Amino acid sequence: MRDMIFQVLFVWYPYFCLTAFLFGSLIRFDREQYSWKASSSQFLRKRQMRWGSNLFHVGILFLFFGHAAGLLTPKFIYTLFLTVEQKQLIAIVAGGIAGSLCFVGLSLLLHRRLFDPRIRQTSTTMDIAVLAILWVQLCLGLLTLPFSLSHADGSVMLILAHWAQGIVTLQPVDGATLQGLAWPYLLHLVLGMTIFLIFPFSRLVHVWSAPVWYLGRRGFQLVRTRRALAPRTAGRSSTQPAE
Amino acid sequence: MKIRAQIGMVLNLDKCIGCHTCSVTCKNVWTNREGMEYAWFNNVETKPGIGYPKDWENQDKWKGGWRRKSNGKIEPRIGGKWRILANIFANPDMPEIDDYYEPFTFDYEHLQKAPELEAFPTARPRSLITGERMEKIEWGPNWEEILGGEFAKRSKDANFEGIQKEMYGQFENTFMMYLPRLCEHCLNPTCAAACPSGAIYKREEDGIVLIDQDKCRGWRMCVSACPYKKIYFNWSSGKSEKCIFCYPRIEAGQPTVCSETCVGRIRYLGVMLFDADRIQEAASTPSEQNLYEAQMDIFLDPNDPAVIAQARADGISENWLEAARQSPIWKMAMEWKVAFPLHPEYRTLPMVWYVPPLSPITAAAEAGKMGIDGGMPDVKSLRIPLKYLANLLTAGDEAPIARGLERMLAMRAYMRAKTVDGVIDEAIARRVGLTAAQIEAMYHVMAIANYEDRFVIPTTHREVSEDAYELRGSCGFSFGDGCLPSDTSVNLFGGVKAKNDKPKLGAL
Repeated sequence: MRDMIFQVLFVWYPYFCLTAFLFGSLIRFDREQYSWKASSSQFLRKRQMRWGSNLFHVGILFLFFGHAAGLLTPKFIYTLFLTVEQKQLIAIVAGGIAGSLCFVGLSLLLHRRLFDPRIRQTSTTMDIAVLAILWVQLCLGLLTLPFSLSHADGSVMLILAHWAQGIVTLQPVDGATLQGLAWPYLLHLVLGMTIFLIFPFSRLVHVWSAPVWYLGRRGFQLVRTRRALAPRTAGRSSTQPAE
Repeated sequence: MKIRAQIGMVLNLDKCIGCHTCSVTCKNVWTNREGMEYAWFNNVETKPGIGYPKDWENQDKWKGGWRRKSNGKIEPRIGGKWRILANIFANPDMPEIDDYYEPFTFDYEHLQKAPELEAFPTARPRSLITGERMEKIEWGPNWEEILGGEFAKRSKDANFEGIQKEMYGQFENTFMMYLPRLCEHCLNPTCAAACPSGAIYKREEDGIVLIDQDKCRGWRMCVSACPYKKIYFNWSSGKSEKCIFCYPRIEAGQPTVCSETCVGRIRYLGVMLFDADRIQEAASTPSEQNLYEAQMDIFLDPNDPAVIAQARADGISENWLEAARQSPIWKMAMEWKVAFPLHPEYRTLPMVWYVPPLSPITAAAEAGKMGIDGGMPDVKSLRIPLKYLANLLTAGDEAPIARGLERMLAMRAYMRAKTVDGVIDEAIARRVGLTAAQIEAMYHVMAIANYEDRFVIPTTHREVSEDAYELRGSCGFSFGDGCLPSDTSVNLFGGVKAKNDKPKLGAL
């Protein structure tokens, strides 16, 4: 029974979540552009935004890329520069700092969303759920730090990385390999996958639209024309820089 | 030279009576929706005053418009692209809804359902955001109506710069004017420049600046970047919205709703041709006071054969060229030079221009102490200080404003001589650098202001750029997302806001 649960949660569930994440995002982007937005509430209440939002976003971006690099970099690459023990130490220190910043920011944002009547009244259930889930997930992540410190050899890290690499390379490891892990790791994994699952149905979709392309825009202005288009594409306006 | 055409607007403030019909008709058509209750694409402010949102002209505070750097290039005052992105998580230069006002309705139901009371029942205000009781309304789109509020607060008006303003707080010296405001549909819009998503664009065919509601992601930089604070963040949809210059009407050759319904007939719409290659150069003019001239320099004479030939080569159709020759905007801005851009120092090259208002002669002049210049009062003796108008319309340069006001006074003097005394006094026209025929034309357009002289709007030639067959059955104008707004159709991606879970309170 225990084997079965692990098989479902750590072999089947990740693919279910990833499928919903990718196809859900694609369908929403294709069909529901008007709903695709950051849903900022800054306009209704500035208070707690400057610290809250900045700390949260900087922290969570660092954590996201840290997790991606830490879990998905193959061992034979990073061992060229680092020992496994050193890598785990870097992960604990850097992740601990970013996690703490993120915790302060996220707590401010969650407090604001729950207790400011303006924000509460204009929130959807999903807006509140997303913040709450992220907050719990962050706490679980921070909770794993003392556990990690107690096995400085990096063995747990290797198991997790092995599992994650197995998932993304479509060669999932046996769910049983995760059975020895402490409960915060397991909960953190399951909730993490759940965040991917709810991603397309929440405001999180704005992450896809991080406007980094803005930096590459030629000049500043945009002019759209309907003129001089081939008859076949007429009607769909094209965008071209003015300057 | 690359010629483009734009429908521009002029508002003759000399005739604005501050009735707010423009604002109300616009509101009823475009912003009577959840999330936009506080937004007025068009609002009328009484000047002097700090306006709506509070203090919008104070760019040290709001950082709207452009800044000329020491290397001669311009960038949005809120910062270049890197700084804009760095502020995306929490925009430090963004107003809050309270800087406009918290939208409200009244408990009208109470008037009908109140039990027998000692006191007369009243309808008290209730927030349209939270549904909670509001004890006090603090601000609105015309809060300082007819000089409402203390002078100490109103005199924070940025246009008092360089003016000894204390004396205007005294009853004998007080002055006022109305300023109807809408999106300026700038040639060099900062909102579009600051939009990280590239959702804001200027239409090539008529210059109207629009926000693509499907592409807007709600990063809210445009709200800060627009120095006129005419981009409104819809707190319900999470997207920015702005005046669309009633483009479905303009395309059909009809005036905007605000212009059509203006009872004072102060609004004019017409075509302006301009050189799109020189926008950047004009907006980067070193001296702020030369920006008005620089913008006039890139407007092109629609009667010049070289301009006509180039315009045809650039794809501007004959009816647009003909409309450009008839354009009331060209006449007022370029031929008579009585219309001026609003705050050219923002470097946005705005396309909604204003004819400054004449005002009563101050008591001193009537007593003969101040100059009556050859039958016409000296414009310096008008009640509204020249400097104030110059700060509003020409970055503080008084000479063009004085010339404009003199020409309007000359028009009155000339027509008075003609109709009362029966004398054609060409000397009056000559003194202000015009001919009698020009004065008569001015009178016809600005005083008589017939419908067909005010609105010279060529229809859009969509037949050459769109396949009507593809458009069949489409829903025409909508707020993105096909024919249904996301919040009314049931789907996986939407969500119901807590406030909407309760019975409707009735909209404003």
